[in-house]
Amino acid sequence: MDMMVEIIDTREDLKKEFIQQRTILDQAIPGFGYQKREQAFAHFLKLGIPSTRVEEFKYTPLEPLFNKEYHRSYTFDPISFDKDLLFNCDVPNLETQVEFVVNSWYYHPEHRLQVLSNGIILGSLAEAAKQYPELFQKHYTKYANPASDGLIALNTAFAQDGFFLYLPKNTVMDQALQLINMMMSDRNLMTQQRNLIILEDNSEANLLVCEHTMSNHDFLSNSVTEVYAGKNARLHLTKMQNENNDSSQLAAVFIHQEADSQVSTNTISLHGGFIYNRFDVALQGRGAHNDTFGLYLTDRNQHISNRTLIDHAVPDATSNQTFKGVLDDDAHGSFTGKILVRKDAQRTAAYQSNNNILLTDRAKMNTKPMLEIFADDVKCSHGATIGQLDSDALFYLRSRGISQKEARLLLMYAFTYEVIAAIPVEGLRLRVEELVSKRLRGELSRCNDCTNGCR
Amino acid sequence: MEKDQDIILNEVTQSEYKYGFVTDIESDSIPKGLNEEVIRLISEKKNEPEWMLEFRLKAFAHWKTMKNPNWAMLKIPEIDYQDIVYYSAPKQKKQLNSLDEVDPELLDTFNKLGIPLEEQKLLTGVAVDAVMDSVSVKTTFKKNLADLGIIFCSFSEAVQEYPDLVKKYMGTVVPYRDNYFAALNSAVFSDGSFVYIPKGVRCPMELSTYFRINAANTGQFERTLIVADDDSYVSYLEGCTAPMRDENQLHAAIVEIIALENAEVKYSTVQNWYPGDKDGKGGIYNFVTKRGLCKGRNSKISWTQVETGSAITWKYPSCILKGDDSIAEFYSVAVTNNHQQADTGTKMIHLGKNTKSTIVSKGISAGKSNNSYRGLVRVAKNASNARNFSQCDSLLLGDQCGAHTFPYLEVDNSSAIVEHEATTSKIGEDQIFYCNQRGISTEDAIGLIVNGYAKEVINQLPMEFAVEAQKLLQISLEGSVG
Repeated sequence: MDMMVEIIDTREDLKKEFIQQRTILDQAIPGFGYQKREQAFAHFLKLGIPSTRVEEFKYTPLEPLFNKEYHRSYTFDPISFDKDLLFNCDVPNLETQVEFVVNSWYYHPEHRLQVLSNGIILGSLAEAAKQYPELFQKHYTKYANPASDGLIALNTAFAQDGFFLYLPKNTVMDQALQLINMMMSDRNLMTQQRNLIILEDNSEANLLVCEHTMSNHDFLSNSVTEVYAGKNARLHLTKMQNENNDSSQLAAVFIHQEADSQVSTNTISLHGGFIYNRFDVALQGRGAHNDTFGLYLTDRNQHISNRTLIDHAVPDATSNQTFKGVLDDDAHGSFTGKILVRKDAQRTAAYQSNNNILLTDRAKMNTKPMLEIFADDVKCSHGATIGQLDSDALFYLRSRGISQKEARLLLMYAFTYEVIAAIPVEGLRLRVEELVSKRLRGELSRCNDCTNGCR
Repeated sequence: MEKDQDIILNEVTQSEYKYGFVTDIESDSIPKGLNEEVIRLISEKKNEPEWMLEFRLKAFAHWKTMKNPNWAMLKIPEIDYQDIVYYSAPKQKKQLNSLDEVDPELLDTFNKLGIPLEEQKLLTGVAVDAVMDSVSVKTTFKKNLADLGIIFCSFSEAVQEYPDLVKKYMGTVVPYRDNYFAALNSAVFSDGSFVYIPKGVRCPMELSTYFRINAANTGQFERTLIVADDDSYVSYLEGCTAPMRDENQLHAAIVEIIALENAEVKYSTVQNWYPGDKDGKGGIYNFVTKRGLCKGRNSKISWTQVETGSAITWKYPSCILKGDDSIAEFYSVAVTNNHQQADTGTKMIHLGKNTKSTIVSKGISAGKSNNSYRGLVRVAKNASNARNFSQCDSLLLGDQCGAHTFPYLEVDNSSAIVEHEATTSKIGEDQIFYCNQRGISTEDAIGLIVNGYAKEVINQLPMEFAVEAQKLLQISLEGSVG
């Protein structure tokens, strides 16, 4: 099937910059020099920014985002900010190790890369490429293919830094790792962050990623994260998206899973002007299991798109997808999910569900849960609903003296709980519970207890 | 066990297409090719009025600006539109008064198909408008229907005799700009059926047409228009079988249904065209645009289809629920075997208030076939209290085939309740074992299970059709254990 590709013409600007910044890009990530970037950029020139004519972006209009003017910065500009403030994103009652990425650059006052006592490496992607070239080369760009998508190609061509995490065989991170991605600038900014997460066999990590904006400018972040989970590795990834409503966040996560590995992701989208989350999971080993969960609470003119692909390439793998959303005001949501069961991937069990509540007639939801199945001994199902709060349940609560407002909140909270309940780390779960309940009450403009002044 | 199953599977999949034969009737054909001249020639041969020719030419001009759609999950070989004969009519005498005057060879064709006109006439009370290579041959029960004011005739006759009705409704549901194949059909359509049910009339019998593709290299471009006026009811049957051919044949039909206030139209199809041989050679390309408009308040349109034939099926019988309180239904069983490809489903567009739609789609894939459900449910901003339920199940028989589901749900109204659910599975070994244990052979067990699986849809068919459909399922699938 040929894909019709309509190209939005921001390419000329980017092309000029790509040539101008040649020297900087050549040295940005050792081992991934200008020549390799050129290949990715050629793909970008061919594919462009996908328009809504591209099937996967049918409900995700990217044009308006890319038509704005953005500043792009090619060197890390350590803006002076109160470093103490950074540590206020801590999760209460949960010991976490906190790491920062500011405007796509890894930031730490003392070092670029740390090696923990058990051999775990974490820090800057560019630095990791320099110090551990073999490890880096083995995984970098292996899971996110720039030829497949304009956004991936764009990121691959321009990416200079991001977060790097490596867990050697048989290691367990005893603390949850909290990664805070921050956007702070005095002007509109476009960034291309690139993360690489490698879990060797039998390793285990809990990762919490928080997305914040520290000023009210238009931000456009186009990030790509590649995850490798070795045999029997365990990774849990929770993403909290809480950005200002003029920001646009395009985040693609590519997950490669080996036999018996277990990866679960929970994405909680609270604030943000335009959010596009993509999860591409390749189950490449028998017995691998993947959970992809998402929750989005949107209002005003927010747009949220969630796109998934769970690729069952081998037999005996299982997967679960649950996406739930509440849309208020003029919010626009979309879900494009796909389960692909390849030939001979027998005994696959794959489930997918997307449930939505529309609170106003101006809110809009488009959902497209797809199945593509080429093997016969499988159990696959999907379901999607779009509706409103159950009037019987509302009546029941009201007849017991609960106000209309409280009853609605209660039901909405119950509706969202399925996704929250799937977060395995207790402290984190409680934290998310609190944020969601505040968000539903409309009290959440920033994280609780946080004095960072994210907006 | 495995071996037995393979043998059974082979037996079944290699069985000859039952309805493959060519009737040797002298055809009145025009040369191959598609251009303005050909369209003028078709129009002239059919003695059409000027406005009809204009419509065709407009459609053709628009078609030339369009491209073959490639979004479906189908591999469609390049079609040379210049290599097709666009008009072929069995030669016949002017007007026939009795069956005796019908070409006996033609009558024999229908007999082979098991639908002798006389018997139908006497026993079943079904009026048959038999369409053979594009020209209506014989219409029965016309008089009975005429007494009630019902018009049931060929499309060309309607153009001559009821130009006002045709002008008023043709192209209002499927405009010629709608899609590539609709534009093509609008330009070159040869004939089809026209039904008009007047106000307050309940059509006393099932109306039915049999489409049959005959003369070699003739694409069939049918056009059907059904108008049900206020408070009327009609049930319409369409059944298809086609002779065996090695060359692919193109079928691009249009069906338009309009239901006015309180009217109900039920449209049932059993499609069993030649699917190609077991290596995927030959077979019909079935690219059909079917759409109903629930125009009036409280109107209802129901599509039921059993699709077992055709090499490639591209078909989405749809409903536009414009009138308040209108209801639309879509029931489908699609079976693919060998190298067949099907991309079929429906669109339910909710525009009016308190509208309801139901979608039940059952896909069965066997052999090396691919079977996709593709459906859209759209609830517009002002369509308050819309309700939709969709269920799309797929059954896989064998590990070489594919079953896919592409549902699109677009909701702009908070009072809507839209639900979609789908499952994909195979026939359980435990189910087969249970039947075997009770002395039911494996192939009978599969027939039983498949028929049970499809029952929800088959039950929607009128009696005669239900029997035929059940037989078809059995023939297509019994023994295909995965």
